[in-house]
Parts: sequence; structure tokens; C-alpha cells
Amino acid sequence: MDPELLARFERGDRRALARLITHVEDGTPQGRAALRSLYRATGKARSIGITGPPGAGKSTLVDQLAAAFRKDGLKLAIICVDPSSPFTGGAILADRVRMKHLQEDPDVFIRSMASRGALGGLSRTTGAVLKVLDAFGFDVILIETVGVGQGEVEVVREAETCLVIEVPGLGDGIQAIKAGILEIGHAFVVNKADNPGADRVSEQILTMLSLNPNPPEWQPPVVQTVATRGTGIDELARQVRAHWAHLDAKSLRHRHLGQRRVADLSDILKARALGSASQRVLARPDFTELRRQVELGQIDPYEAADRLLPFDGPDEWRLP
Amino acid sequence: MTEQPHKIRVVVAKPGLDGHDRGAKVIARALRDSGMEVIYTGLRQTPKQIVHTVIQEDADCLCVSILSGAHNHLFPEIMKLLRENEVSDVLVLGGGIIPPEDVPGLKQIGVSEIFGPGTATFDTVRYIREHVQPRA
Repeated sequence: MDPELLARFERGDRRALARLITHVEDGTPQGRAALRSLYRATGKARSIGITGPPGAGKSTLVDQLAAAFRKDGLKLAIICVDPSSPFTGGAILADRVRMKHLQEDPDVFIRSMASRGALGGLSRTTGAVLKVLDAFGFDVILIETVGVGQGEVEVVREAETCLVIEVPGLGDGIQAIKAGILEIGHAFVVNKADNPGADRVSEQILTMLSLNPNPPEWQPPVVQTVATRGTGIDELARQVRAHWAHLDAKSLRHRHLGQRRVADLSDILKARALGSASQRVLARPDFTELRRQVELGQIDPYEAADRLLPFDGPDEWRLP
Repeated sequence: MTEQPHKIRVVVAKPGLDGHDRGAKVIARALRDSGMEVIYTGLRQTPKQIVHTVIQEDADCLCVSILSGAHNHLFPEIMKLLRENEVSDVLVLGGGIIPPEDVPGLKQIGVSEIFGPGTATFDTVRYIREHVQPRA
């Protein structure tokens, strides 16, 4: 425990911020205590999620978009998530390679995170780290997900504005009507738009959006960009600002924050329930023996579970 | 949020003008395969960018690869900026093409060890594990 850490954080010390993020990522007692005391100071920063397939240009877009917001004088934090190895737990976090414009800027803070086994495009503690950055006083926080495929939509819970990046050449119109990631975009970006097929991708997204049975109040725009050259970035930044204005005018920001708080409560309760149930199971003298019998196929896992942790919830909540 | 053992975080940086990053990538990969989280900066970083990265990423270790011959200029600059920012708990290692007669001078300014061509990656991994400051 470093008793000075939180005080230094509150004075705006960026090394204290960086160290506190590590505590939160590692789930140390200090990290947990800090989250608790910072929580009420959160909810001020705008959050933007950037998601899309590997190599689509997410990091380059983040770099360009951040440079555009810096011109407005906004203080920025960027969280970039890259995958952890499922075998060794190691990771190569290399999103910074594309973010050279920002690395000497004292009003930009970039933090790379490894996914550490989580599969939704973020790591388990990305939401908590977002809160730490929010409490530190950044105006805008950009969250770049792991390169994703179709179903990794967790970023929509953390970010109030989600940008979905597509590129020409990946799939046909069938991909565009599938459920998942294409449902979470508040704006769609067709990057590498100097490659053939960009107009077709834009059209497919627009068609997909026009088929929405409950047309939303916010119609997600489709923006073509060439991020490496900065083409289309001003338009994208304009659309993000328009989405902010929309959220503010309709008090949607308020609603999103409320939903996030309730989701946090749900996560905390789940973690506690899991913790106390695990402790009860592990404390049972017959645990090892029953696990061995399951392994050998002598009893089925349901039977073993009934004996180890009799279920006291309502019947409809009992999994098979 | 359950407590996880601290993952060693290593910044692998390429300062200066040389564009040879094969060695840096091999090291990054070896550290990854030993379970560390490696932040790779890419080519042509300034000392200031590298020190900002070390601070923001709360790294335990900084590995600097230099093949351009500018090590006697770049290392002192990096060490000075680390000191100015009161970063004293980060293990700094060097690699690349560094003549043996320059090694004592680099160690004197705070570079812990130099791993030249031919070093087994295993030795670098073990050195890092044994020398990073333990986290409370």
C-alpha cells in the first residue's frame, strides 16, 4: 500500500495515475479501495469506442481523431486493448506504433491493456480503468478494442459513442445483415476508402441501417476515410460531435450513465456471489473426491454440483 | 475484481534513426512467450517519447535497442529524462550493436545490463525476472 498514491493522483500526478491503473488492472486492495473512493467523481468524460477487425486501421484512426480533438483543446486519454496469449498470458501491445502524433503531447495519456483472457474485445478491467481516467479529469476517453470479428460488442456498454470500422474486401451483403457488431455503431467508418469496393461497403451498411424496424432517433452516418492520409477525419470528428450534441439534447447521456452504474452493481454482485460460492465449494472435504469421480465419468457433473452446492434459488434460475 | 499476480510490463523501444527492428521484435516475442506484457513502440522514437511511454504504461522494465552507433548519445538522454521525471524504479536494459568498451560507461549512468547479438533470449527473460523491482 502506498498511502500517498491517491493524494498524488488527486494533485494531477500522471505517474500516480499510471501506477493506480496498474493497481486496478491487477485488482490489488489499493486498486479496489481507490475505485471505491473515485467512483462518485466519474461520469464527466465523453467516451468513444473504436472497434473493427484487425488491420482495419483502428489505431491510425484513433491517432488522427485524437489529433482533431486536440485542436479543440480537449484533454485526451486513450485506452488500447490488444489480445493476451491464451497459453502464456503474455501479450504484445503495439497500438502505440501508430500513435506517433500524440506521444510528446502532455495533454494526451495513452495506456495499453492486454485482454487477459476476456473475450468481448476489452479486458475485464477496462471499464474500471475508464473510470480512473474519467476521475483524473480527461475530457474525452477513446477506447480502442482488440481487433474483433462479429460478436465482440462489450465496448458498447462502456462507451457512449461507438465507431465501427469496416474496410473494403472482407465480405458481401450477407455479412451486413448479421447480428452483433454492426448493431452497436453510432457511426460507421469505411477506412482504406482508396481501395476498390469502398462505395459498395458504404452502400451495404446504409441498406442494413435502413432496414431497422424501429428507426432510431439517431441515424448512424457512414463516413469514408483514408486514415493514413487524414482523409475524412474532419468529417468523422464532426459526426462524433453531432452525436454528443444528440446525447445531450435528449438527456441520453444521463440514461447511459445510469445504465452503466446499474451494470457495475450487477458485476459487483456477481463477483461476490461467485466468490462466496467458490469458497463454500472449495472448503468441502469431498470436493477433490467428487471432482475425481466426475473426471472418471463415474458421476455426472449435475449430480456432483447438487452435492457440492445445493441450489437455493428459484427453479427457473437453475441451469440444466 | 479478484487480485491477479502482477504481470511484468516491458517497454521495448527503438530510439534514433536506425530502422533495424528484427532484434527488438525477437526480444518482444520472447518476452511475450514468457508471459510478460510487452509494449512495443515502433521505430524512430525520441527519448522523450520513450520516457512518456514508460511513465504512462507504468512499465517495470525498459529495453532499448540501438544499432546506429548513437548509444552514447541516446542512453544518457533517456536516463536524464527518467531522472527528471523521478522514475527510479524501472529496470533499463540495452541491446543492439554496442562495443564492449562503451558498456562500463553506460552501466555507470544507470543502464543495468547490455545484451548484444548472440544472447540467448532465455538469459534476457531470466535477467528481467530476477531484477525488476517487486510490486507491493
